[in-house]
Amino acid sequence: MIVLDAAGLEKTFVLHLQNGTRLPVLRGAGLTLRAGRCVALTGPSGAGKSTLLRALYGNYRVSAGSIRVRHRGAMIDMADAPPERVIEIRRETLGYVSQFLRAMPRLAARDVVAAPLLDRGAAAEAAAARARAMLDRLGIPTPLHALPPVTFSGGEQQRVNLARAFACEWPILLLDEPTASLDAANRDIVIGLMREAKARGAALLGIFHDRHVRDAVADETLSLEPLKESA
Amino acid sequence: MTLLQARDLRKRFGPVAALDDVSLSLRRREIVAIVGESGSGKSTLLNVLSGRIAPDSGTVLYDEGEGLSPIAGRGEARLRHLQRTRWGFVQQDPRQALRLSVTAGGNIGERLMVSGARHYGDIRATAARWLETVEIDPARLDDLPRTFSGGMLQRLQIAATLVTEPELVFMDEPTGGLDVSVQARILDLVRGLVRRLGLAVLLVTHDIGVARLLADRLVVMRHGRIVETGLTDQVLDDPHHEYTQLLVSSVLPA
Amino acid sequence: MQGYNFAYLDEHTKRMIRRAILKAVAIPGHQVPFASREMPLPYGWGTGGIQLTASLLGPDDVLKVIDQGADDTTNAVSIRRFFARTAGIRTTTRTAEATVIQTRHRIPETPLREGQIIVYQVPIPEPLYRLEPSRAAAAQMHALADYGAMHVRLYEEITRHGRVALSYDYPVMVNERYLMSPSPIPAFDNPKLHMNPAMQLFGAGREKRIYAVPPFTAVRSLDFEDHPFDPRRADAACALCGARETYLDEIVSDDRGGKMFVCSDTDCCESRRETAP
Repeated sequence: MIVLDAAGLEKTFVLHLQNGTRLPVLRGAGLTLRAGRCVALTGPSGAGKSTLLRALYGNYRVSAGSIRVRHRGAMIDMADAPPERVIEIRRETLGYVSQFLRAMPRLAARDVVAAPLLDRGAAAEAAAARARAMLDRLGIPTPLHALPPVTFSGGEQQRVNLARAFACEWPILLLDEPTASLDAANRDIVIGLMREAKARGAALLGIFHDRHVRDAVADETLSLEPLKESA
Repeated sequence: MTLLQARDLRKRFGPVAALDDVSLSLRRREIVAIVGESGSGKSTLLNVLSGRIAPDSGTVLYDEGEGLSPIAGRGEARLRHLQRTRWGFVQQDPRQALRLSVTAGGNIGERLMVSGARHYGDIRATAARWLETVEIDPARLDDLPRTFSGGMLQRLQIAATLVTEPELVFMDEPTGGLDVSVQARILDLVRGLVRRLGLAVLLVTHDIGVARLLADRLVVMRHGRIVETGLTDQVLDDPHHEYTQLLVSSVLPA
Repeated sequence: MQGYNFAYLDEHTKRMIRRAILKAVAIPGHQVPFASREMPLPYGWGTGGIQLTASLLGPDDVLKVIDQGADDTTNAVSIRRFFARTAGIRTTTRTAEATVIQTRHRIPETPLREGQIIVYQVPIPEPLYRLEPSRAAAAQMHALADYGAMHVRLYEEITRHGRVALSYDYPVMVNERYLMSPSPIPAFDNPKLHMNPAMQLFGAGREKRIYAVPPFTAVRSLDFEDHPFDPRRADAACALCGARETYLDEIVSDDRGGKMFVCSDTDCCESRRETAP
């Protein structure tokens, strides 16, 4: 079943502070995601992989094209959906895992992880239990659960980030270098989580520089090439 | 589910166009931040939207449950009642908003009493609970605010404003003038409270970090006009307008 | 008396004041500004009350004047004589006989009847005076029924003293709409304001305000559910008539700390003594 269908995406950055330099990154880009399958984005640095991922999440606004997402049973075009619809889609349907954790300054790790569950209306107890379980799975020691992740190491922060992503069930999950700062053992745990997500029917789209991870989870790859810069 | 809407607002102060054809909407439970530098018109916009000053032209509409209707048409008494019950306004300087020679409990209790609360013990208990919520020792219920620090005063103002759980809260630079660590604490508090109580918030700030932390949507103002608007992460990560790009790039990295 | 109009004031002034009274009666508890005239006694001595009385008296009226409940204090006597001379009307010390009663700082113990008018002398008509120094801001608060500051004041009283310690000029809500100062009558007298069959008029000469509580109007002393209005009274009986329910004055009787309690309302005390067995 198709859960995400993007086509004709165009994105050009106009840098007003650099004399209006235009930086085209996407032209005619598109892809299809199916439930239970993982697509890996590949290509050289600067090819637009991250840009495409962010565009699909609605973080970067495209100037042309459509991004249709299966949300509450219907296909909705994120590219021209009203802001409240995008927020709803991001809350229920479309998840995004970045390379780095960005969290509220004083929020405890378990609250960071529980937040998306609470946003969906889960009961505090259930959300807290799930958060604890996920932090345990990713090897965050219990004493750290009550501390704000800002004091953690980069790797620990990323694991909190991942715990947050996988504590919820996302029909579609976008992942940007999820295992970049992890050691082999943790990387394998994340592979396990991704496989479980796929088995549940989630569609995954990821940028994995680590070949091992890519081979372990991706069902197909999509290669991007950098655009020739126009004048 | 639009709660508040502004259409084509204009306001001049002498030769200066503080608001120049400004329109925006706020939905229930939505947090919108209005960012811009000094002189952008953002505080004027907040004052017009909250009914504190009248625009030269244009309308502000509010939905009390029977559809959007202009706030100007309601009359001063009804507007004032709205401001004291279903709306809240957190000012930048808590000393302007609080009664400094009235106890903390009295300050928090005021909105309750204005809304009809008549039981001293209950008012006191509610006030004590709210002190705890904003992380002030409830033992200070009978203390005068003049003994409070700046951060405590602002937290007291937040308690005194949110105690009646207004559905719409206006905030004007709620953390302006406070130390950075104090700011973080207050922003955390505000975010938690707003989510928990399901409030709609219209927040004015010159601090992009504050906007990123609190807001769902962002409105960028410059010289009385809205130059860009969108989801917070969209505007901050993918700024389109030249001025927005300048604002975003000017933020000092942590 | 030669050279003076009936009851001292000229008819134009009386008409102006009666118009203000009508307006005040139409909006119970609301302060109506009026063009207070120069009277033959200074501000602070009851000029507001006197102007009201002067505007209301007709040749058949019977006037009683009391000061702190007594008919025989200097001021009460002076004002009563003033009207006797300028209007030639009958005066009395008996509450029941009067058609117009001018009072300073007390309400008579004898219940008033429909058809009687009681005129209160008011020093400061603005109940928000101490909370809001700006007259304009206070006027706005009344217009918008924005009385948060007063509720806060009472809350603070309880917080600081365990009870609302106001013993006189205790603020009231009139007709559940306007906050009013009942003038410096003891809190003990406040219940008499409520649903009184008489017309109650309030005059402040220096501040130039008139306000009114028409007959059978709801007047509620501000309180809390768990701290209800509870006016105090000396726990004693009147040394002269034995009354235990009237408001008492404390009188120092010698220089050795001796004191006695006596009814503040002289007419009431006298009547009780006359009818006592």
